[in-house]
Amino acid sequence: MLSGLVRLIAFAAFCAALVAGPACADAIDDALSGFTTDKYDDTDKALQGLVATAAPNGLAVIEALAAGRLLFDPESKTVLYKDASGALKLAKTGEPAPAELAGKPLKTVRVNNRLRRAVDAAGGAFELRSPDAAKRAAAARAVFKTRESTALPAIDHALADEKDAAAKKALEQARAAIILGKADAPEAERAAAAATVASVADPDALAALRTLPADTPVSVKAAAEKGVAAIERWATVANVIQNLVYGMSLGSVLLLAAIGLAITFGVMGVINMAHGEMVMIGAYATFLTQSLIGAYLPALNSASLVIAIPVAFLVAGAVGALIERTVIRFLYGRPLETLLATWGVSLILQQAVRSVFGPSNRTVQTPEWLQGSIEILGVSLTWNRIAIILFALAVFFALQLLLRRTSLGLQVRAVTQNRRMAGSMGIRTPRVDAMTFGLGSGVAGIAGVALSQIDNVSPNLGQNYIIDSFLVVVFGGVGNLWGTLVGALSIGVANKLLEPFAGAVLGKIILLIAIILFIQKKPRGLFALKGRAVEA
Amino acid sequence: MSRYRLIDGAGLIFLAIVLALAVLVPASNLWLAPDSALHIPDYLVPLLGKYLAFALLALALDLVWGYCGILSLGHGAFFALGGYAMGMYLMRQIGSRGVYGNLVLPDFMVFLNWQELPWFWLGFDHFWFACLVAIAVPGLLAFGFGWLAFRSRVTGVYLSIITQAMTFALMLAFFRNDMGFGGNNGLTDFKEIVGYPLQWAETRAALFAATAVALALGYLLARWVVTSKLGKVVVAVRDAESRTRFIGYRVENYKLVVFTLSAMIAGVAGALYVPQVGIINPSEFAPANSIEAVIWVAVGGRGTLVGAALGAVIVNAGKTWFTGALPSLWLFALGGLFVATTLLIPKGVVGAVTDILGIRRKSELPAAPGVVAPKTAPAEPAQ
Amino acid sequence: MTIGGEVTSALLYLDDVSVTFDGFRALNRLSLSIGANEMRAIIGPNGAGKTTMMDVITGKTRPNTGTALFQARHDLTRLDEASISQLGIGRKFQTPTVFDMHTVEDNILLALKTDRRPFPVLFSKRTREEKERIDALLERVRLTASRHRSAGELSHGQKQWLEIGMLLAQEPKLLLVDEPAAGMTDQETADTADLLREIAKTASVVVVEHDMVFVRDLGVKVTCLHEGSVLAEGSLDAVSANERVIEVYLGR
Repeated sequence: MLSGLVRLIAFAAFCAALVAGPACADAIDDALSGFTTDKYDDTDKALQGLVATAAPNGLAVIEALAAGRLLFDPESKTVLYKDASGALKLAKTGEPAPAELAGKPLKTVRVNNRLRRAVDAAGGAFELRSPDAAKRAAAARAVFKTRESTALPAIDHALADEKDAAAKKALEQARAAIILGKADAPEAERAAAAATVASVADPDALAALRTLPADTPVSVKAAAEKGVAAIERWATVANVIQNLVYGMSLGSVLLLAAIGLAITFGVMGVINMAHGEMVMIGAYATFLTQSLIGAYLPALNSASLVIAIPVAFLVAGAVGALIERTVIRFLYGRPLETLLATWGVSLILQQAVRSVFGPSNRTVQTPEWLQGSIEILGVSLTWNRIAIILFALAVFFALQLLLRRTSLGLQVRAVTQNRRMAGSMGIRTPRVDAMTFGLGSGVAGIAGVALSQIDNVSPNLGQNYIIDSFLVVVFGGVGNLWGTLVGALSIGVANKLLEPFAGAVLGKIILLIAIILFIQKKPRGLFALKGRAVEA
Repeated sequence: MSRYRLIDGAGLIFLAIVLALAVLVPASNLWLAPDSALHIPDYLVPLLGKYLAFALLALALDLVWGYCGILSLGHGAFFALGGYAMGMYLMRQIGSRGVYGNLVLPDFMVFLNWQELPWFWLGFDHFWFACLVAIAVPGLLAFGFGWLAFRSRVTGVYLSIITQAMTFALMLAFFRNDMGFGGNNGLTDFKEIVGYPLQWAETRAALFAATAVALALGYLLARWVVTSKLGKVVVAVRDAESRTRFIGYRVENYKLVVFTLSAMIAGVAGALYVPQVGIINPSEFAPANSIEAVIWVAVGGRGTLVGAALGAVIVNAGKTWFTGALPSLWLFALGGLFVATTLLIPKGVVGAVTDILGIRRKSELPAAPGVVAPKTAPAEPAQ
Repeated sequence: MTIGGEVTSALLYLDDVSVTFDGFRALNRLSLSIGANEMRAIIGPNGAGKTTMMDVITGKTRPNTGTALFQARHDLTRLDEASISQLGIGRKFQTPTVFDMHTVEDNILLALKTDRRPFPVLFSKRTREEKERIDALLERVRLTASRHRSAGELSHGQKQWLEIGMLLAQEPKLLLVDEPAAGMTDQETADTADLLREIAKTASVVVVEHDMVFVRDLGVKVTCLHEGSVLAEGSLDAVSANERVIEVYLGR
């Protein structure tokens, strides 16, 4: 049975060899023999030989060499390799090695650091012929990175029949990177190559332009320097753009965390130190929703995050309303006591979640449509960052609409402006209190859905946001949702713009101090309400 | 005449107990046979000393919160700064006994490849200097912070929030290695204090006695302040700030005096705490610690001084018991304590007991406004 | 601005004072002058700017424009509440604000004219003169019997009087009194009028009041404010006869 199989494979290999052609096979044999001398120089030549002959099994051989799995029999000078599963195979054909070779003392083909570069480049050259256009482009980019001149023939060869635009562009750039450093290329061509390389504008391009040897002609050097300057200019701009976007995304996170607080604290005047725990509960609600859907309705898996939004809102909102009815309502008008009592509530909620779900982090899956990133003008943005910015703004405007355009919003505003008058107009103020607090908490729960995508879902999740959220609301101006929006985004952007200069921790410290000083200067925040009403 | 006595009934009992502890705990630990029923084992002495240091911190907090109405959520920062000052002295006393055997540099600086002692470590080889810094630095920070905050009339929860931000910023700062305070690990592995090994039972007993005496002195100082006319002004500020302004008191200066004094007392408490627990690290700055200190005061009864100290001991003894016996329930208990205290006994244990016994005489000090809701003072702008 | 005789002789001189809150003009080019030992009643509908005017005088609100001088040399727009109080301007709020937790006696003690700096206050001891001052003031506001009670336990009328007692303890040169008769019985109202008239012998008094009977009782010059400026000024009879005053305030 087994021998039958071997025979079958041997036949197949034979047919393959026929297709490849005998002349070719000789060249491959020559190339492979370089591996058997146990000398680095010969190994290098062998590599180039493999590339030049485009050996059908070359890629497997090169991968084996990189992984230290390429072997040879010193007696018969046969080159073999072990594949990833450990099976011994012949280098030339890729067919299983004859049993008699397996028992022999085989030697490993050694590789040093200089060779490793050549191995990578050779691997790249084979990838350049991959049927997959994306793989070809990736290989071209790899060549661009190494600038290995031996890859030039392979690049030229690939360019000749490349149809895919992106791959073609990548190949041209790779070619330019090689030409730029090639001492025997025409001067004008090298200078032009410098411009092409500069257009890539990444660290590799910068390295290529900077590491020209001393004897490079002046015109090439000048073109390279021009390219370096352009890249650096662009890098500065791109850096700022990137930091702005990162800042916006951090600001959106802050906005999401703070906006519920802007309602409970800003509109109702309740200091809810358990606000962070509402966010945490929202994140756990997301986790639970996802787990349940995964277990019972796997068809809805990719939508689980969207389904979690109303779930988190309802769960956190219900918990919030419960807290309002059982604790907070007894403390209206006593803000400092409210602060202490809700801090106690936050400890209880944390411990409760820890008891039920355990102290370790829970993983919330990121659905496929949120994975990956796009590149705009050289700035890479992950989808979940963009999604959080859009989501935060959507929640913000939905809330504005709710407060401005619905009867609940009207009642909330009436009660917060004049409780007694609203009561005598027939508004059931206790119910509105509970609803408002539930609304603020529910929005915090929604924030938890978003934060589950970028932060660890653990019982301590909320603690990281509570101080920031309060600072955002106070900084923006209490009682003003727009203030919270502007406050959150400006704190987020300021934080990210400070980071490159001061580092993450020091940047945060500087920002905290700045906000503390700002509140001294304008105790009522950016968008302060003025007039007697504030003080009444 | 409503001139308050410096030491009233409760104060007398308090002082008697604290001073008796100062004598009896060391005596029992050092001279009673270990199998005696009254013997206090070695591990308990620093633990009790820690409670008393916390009691001193609670006293400081009560001075600003109970009497001046400033809810500071950053007093842990002053406590920790005092602790760091003492810790720096203790680090310098290690000398060449550290792991790296460097005579001058503490181990963590050798580890970071620092060549010489940073300027702000100079002088900490003197005990008196460390003591001075333990008081002065918290005092200066409180003065600077308060000067800005009170002058611009940041009050109520706004002040609470920025004090919390202050201690949070300090925590982040002290976590940084390049700050020169040992980063994450803080300062530890202390060997001796003013020449006496910290491992000795005698040294620990002496530290306990010193803490008890400091608590007694702190109580007397606080009591002297609150029974003075300044104390009356401060209570007036708490209850009707703008009225106080309109009869000519510059409220911000009064707040500043009390806040700074309170921070200095908290610094002393921190300096006494560190040699007894043997470590100080940035987590002492954690905002949660400061809030926990507030609950000690609330549980004991704010605006009573004695109650604050009592609350610190009760809550911390409870914490020790819980974390040993039922660790998973401790946060439930602490959280429940926050809620129950504010809802059910706003005047704290001392307030509730005096109410029940009906022993609060007219001439006694004004208690905290706990149950008197602000409804009674509608003309006062909401804080 | 011309500084005429009116400025130098007036104890309080407001000229062209305007205060705006978010576009709402609380005071609109208000001018007013109060002489030494003069008692003045200020009337006017709600929102006429009476309280805002007091806020400007006592330093609680800064005017957007205008001059506010005390004794012709102190610029009230640059001083804070405490400094203005120490100059000798006392203010009684509409609802009585006293220190509820302190005894009646301590309320007066805190208001006595003494050094207001924290450290002198910390080390101060009550002197014999202070005790006598307190006794005399308590007698005057009829609270001697309640001296050891906490102020929070007093009746509404007693609190009003305690507050007036505290103002007197400051030995003010100018007293601003906001609706002293509100919530008082007829007898208390009459007594309060007597007390204010007596105070006016040694200090200037500005009384804001809605109660026309009380204003008539006081028998002093009346200023009627409307929409942040002076509508009419003169004797009560003259002002009550003014067409505009009747229209906007008194009604027909």
